[in-house]
This record gives sequence, structure tokens and C-alpha cells, in this order.
Amino acid sequence: MAGEPVQPIKPGTWTPDPGAAPLHRMIAAQAAQETRQLLRNGEQLTLMLIIPLLLLVAFSLEPLIDFGGGYTRIDFLTPGVIALAVMSTAFTSQAIGTGFERRYGVLKRLGATPLSRAGLIAAKTATVIGVELLQAAIILAVALALGWSPDADVSAIVTVPLLVLLGTAAFSGFALLLAGTLRAEATLAAANLIYVVLLGIGGVVFPLTKFPRAARPLLELLPTGALSTGLRDVLANAAAFPARDVVTLAVWAIAGIALAARFFRWE
Amino acid sequence: MSIPPAVEISGLVKRYGPATAADGLSLTAGRGEVTAILGPNGAGKTTTIEVCEGYRSADAGTVRVLGLDPARDAARLKPRVGVMLQSGGIPPAVPAGEYLRTLSRFHVKPHDTAWLLDIVGLTSHVKTPYKRLSGGQQQRLSLAAAVVGRPELVFLDEPTAGMDPQARHATWDLVTALRADGVGVILTTHFMEEAERLADHVVIIDHGRVVADGAPAQLTGTAGQLRFRAESGLDTDSLLAALPPGSAAKESPAGHYLIEVPGGTVQPALLAAVTAWCADRAVLPSSLQIESRTLEDVFLELTGKDLRA
Repeated sequence: MAGEPVQPIKPGTWTPDPGAAPLHRMIAAQAAQETRQLLRNGEQLTLMLIIPLLLLVAFSLEPLIDFGGGYTRIDFLTPGVIALAVMSTAFTSQAIGTGFERRYGVLKRLGATPLSRAGLIAAKTATVIGVELLQAAIILAVALALGWSPDADVSAIVTVPLLVLLGTAAFSGFALLLAGTLRAEATLAAANLIYVVLLGIGGVVFPLTKFPRAARPLLELLPTGALSTGLRDVLANAAAFPARDVVTLAVWAIAGIALAARFFRWE
Repeated sequence: MSIPPAVEISGLVKRYGPATAADGLSLTAGRGEVTAILGPNGAGKTTTIEVCEGYRSADAGTVRVLGLDPARDAARLKPRVGVMLQSGGIPPAVPAGEYLRTLSRFHVKPHDTAWLLDIVGLTSHVKTPYKRLSGGQQQRLSLAAAVVGRPELVFLDEPTAGMDPQARHATWDLVTALRADGVGVILTTHFMEEAERLADHVVIIDHGRVVADGAPAQLTGTAGQLRFRAESGLDTDSLLAALPPGSAAKESPAGHYLIEVPGGTVQPALLAAVTAWCADRAVLPSSLQIESRTLEDVFLELTGKDLRA
């Protein structure tokens, strides 16, 4: 077509022979596609990697804030920056990406393929978790290079993934709620605004102890506050099981997923 | 048990608030046939197709695609059906080759994607992001995506909109090849020539109802028209007087003459009368053709000439 040679098409070429690939192969193909899309996108990379790393390096090298509580700067910052990385991927990036996919009819078109909606959600979840593992590897390597020395119980092997998974579920639920109900531009604005606000009041870089005493319990009940506080308890205070933060995140996760399931519109 | 048709719609009703997009619409599309659904904007074409594709549920009536219910049997039906949306559906930043490869992995025996891109003339755009393709190239990628899984049936919603003539002809060749290999094709189009060339079966829809249904030749009828070109301003009244009774003659636009035999067929005597009349005036007619009404004539007669919102 249009300047390129048209191939003669042999009879029998198009003889029908349909069939859906196994679900795990479809999910893997879609997740690989979405991961490549994310890693190619400069704005998303800035959000997911550059900003967390900049905060980690800048606030740990210079005494910009008194963190209190007897922490070294890097020991205070590392759990908070991990919480921020989880929020940026599972919430902000996923909300914006899905919002535009909905606008461009990408979700609609995928609905005509053998990949089911549950399969698509599984692919998105696998993408988020894969990117989080990449973020964790880079952030933890930089933190160790900056002198991070975690003070953690052996149970952290379980509690850290648990907190991150619950946080991911909560953030993903609300990401899909925004993306599936608002226009793409409104989702973009709201997701960025919420990101900045929660970065400020979520115990990521600025300790919650610096906020008025009355506000603190409320801030610890926000998903970012619960995730950063829980991770800090486990990684800097050797807490065995941060029960309150686990419960808080679980409630957010259930609420977010239930609301998304109820209100999400595919087109 | 007989093999069910590709699409069988009976009494389909679909409302969007106060607007009725399908109002008791019934049609049947045969397996391995090309069925063209025509209609003015807003007639209900896309709604009808999207109910078949499982995107919308019917308010009333039954819809069967390959004998299955598009809503209830979605998981069994989707692998067997290829879909080309009217526009979009592809992530803007994803390269053409990568997108097609991902979709191909949803199928057991997909076509080779490099070969398929070659078939639709996009080999030199394998790495071009979707948003940097021209409108026609985007359509061709979308067409390739519809057939990559070796479907039994494809739905093409205005497949050649925005294509240049080369791409349009290549798309027609592809549709013809699909049909020859037993793939059913349901397409909507605004190009009557497209429907006349490709379709075994034409369905004209207006106001959510079927207003005509049949093979193109059935709809256009017998050869009841004679057209020719000559200098403008010839006296059509005297021409009409020279013709057998029941004929009609007009000049529209200037220099284009049309003689119609409503409900009948042009007979040799009519042709002789026209050429004799021309010879008397030393007029040499050119592009003289005897033909049936075009599908466009039928379409405009059935759906009117008013512009649609």
C-alpha cells in the first residue's frame, strides 16, 4: 500500500483457525507491554524513580530537616522513600496511565480480545509489582551506599512485603477509581495533586511528629502515612508486627477495590 | 444440526436515554459472506455492531454471533472474532510492531506479525509509535490487529475511512481474500462503491430499522438508466419527446444527461432513439452507459437527502 509493494496473498492464507492463548501467556504478554510502556515514558520514570531518589539523596546528605526520634537521616528517609515509590507507581502512575487508556479506547479495544477483564487487571498488577521490585532494588542500593543500616527484626522478611502489597492494593484501588470515573485530564490533575499532598503529609520526608499533635493520628490513618510509618517501625525500630498500620492499609485496600469495582467505567 | 449464521439479530432494541439507536432491528449475515451495513450518521450502524461485539447489551431482542450470545458466551466467542473499531483503541506511544506482537500473543496460532505488517504496507513503520502514523496507516494497523488471530468472523467499522485510494484498494483486496478463504466479514461504510464491490449482502439501516436488505444487484434492480455526456444546454424536452413513453430525461449537472425508465429496462429502441436525436443535432455523445441505478441512488431514495446531525 501507499508506495510499498503489495504482496500477492495466497489462497488459504486466511483460513480461520482461532483460539485463545493460555491465560498466563496473555497476562505475561500484556504485562510485558505495559512495563515497556512505563519504562519508555519519561514523565512516569521521573515520578517513579527520579523524584524518590532525589529526595533520598538530598535530604540524607544535608541536614535540611531535624527528623527527631534518634534516627540517622538515611535510616529515617529510606522507609519513607519506599512508601513514596509504592504510591507513585501503584497510585499516580497507574491512575494517569489507565485514565488515558480509557480515553484512547485502549481498554475498549482490549475488551474485544481474548484477554478477559480479570486478566487485564492481573497484568496491570503484575506490571506494578514488577516496577516496584525494580524501584526497591535501586532505592535500597542507593540507600545502602549512603550508609543505611536497617534495625529490623527477622520478621521484616514477611512484614515489609505485606505492608507493600497492602499499600499497593489500596493505591491501585483508588487509582482505578479515579481513572474509571473522571475524564483523563481530571484524573491527571487529581492524581498529581494527591501525590504532592500525600508526599507532604504522609510521613515520607517530613516526620509526622512535626505536625500538630491533634493531626497526627489522622495523618497516620492516611494510606501513605500508614505505609511510611509501618515500614519505618519495621525497618528502623525493629518492630515485630505493625498491627495498626497493617489494619489501616487493609481497610483502605478493601475500600478502594470495592469502590473501583462498583464505579469503574471501561469506556 | 445446521451451522448457525455469522450474525443473527432479531428485534434488537437499544436506547440511550430518550434516543433510540436500534428500534426492532433484524438481520442475518451468512457465514463466509461479506455483509455491508449502510446508513446515514446516527442510523444505528455502530450500535448494532457493538452489540454484536459484546460492548453493549440489548434492551430487547436477541443477538447471536456464530450461534453464541455475545454477552453470556463472551469468553468462547472473543477468540473467534476479529474487531476493528471506528477509531483509536491503540496506545499512542506504542510502536506498531510491538502492539501487533502483543495482540498476537493472545492467540494460539497467530499470523506472523512481520509478515502481516508487510501485507498492510507498514513494514517500514514497525518502530513508529501509533500516534506518528498517518490516519490511513493507523487504520491499516487496526485492520491487521483484527485479523492477526485467524478469526472466523471480522467486524470492520468504517475500515477505509481516511485511507488514500491505494490503501483503500489494498484493503478491498484483503477483504476479498478473507472472504475467499471462508472468513465472514461484517463492515459498515459510507462508501457505496465499497459496498457494491465487496458485499454479497447489503443491509441499509435508518432510524434504527432495516429499510433494505438484499444482494447489491437485488437492491439496484434492472438496468434502467442511460447516461451520456455532451455539450451542455441541449433541449431535454425535445429529447423526451423522441423517447418511448414512460421515460424521463434530465441534465444534471451541466453536460451530464440521464434518461431513466422507472421500474423498467433500457431497450435497444431507446438507445437508437437517443443516438438518432443526437445525430439530428450533430452532437456526439460520450461516456454513454446503460446501467442499473447505483447503490447510492437506492440509498438516497430510501434515507432521503436531508443532512443528518
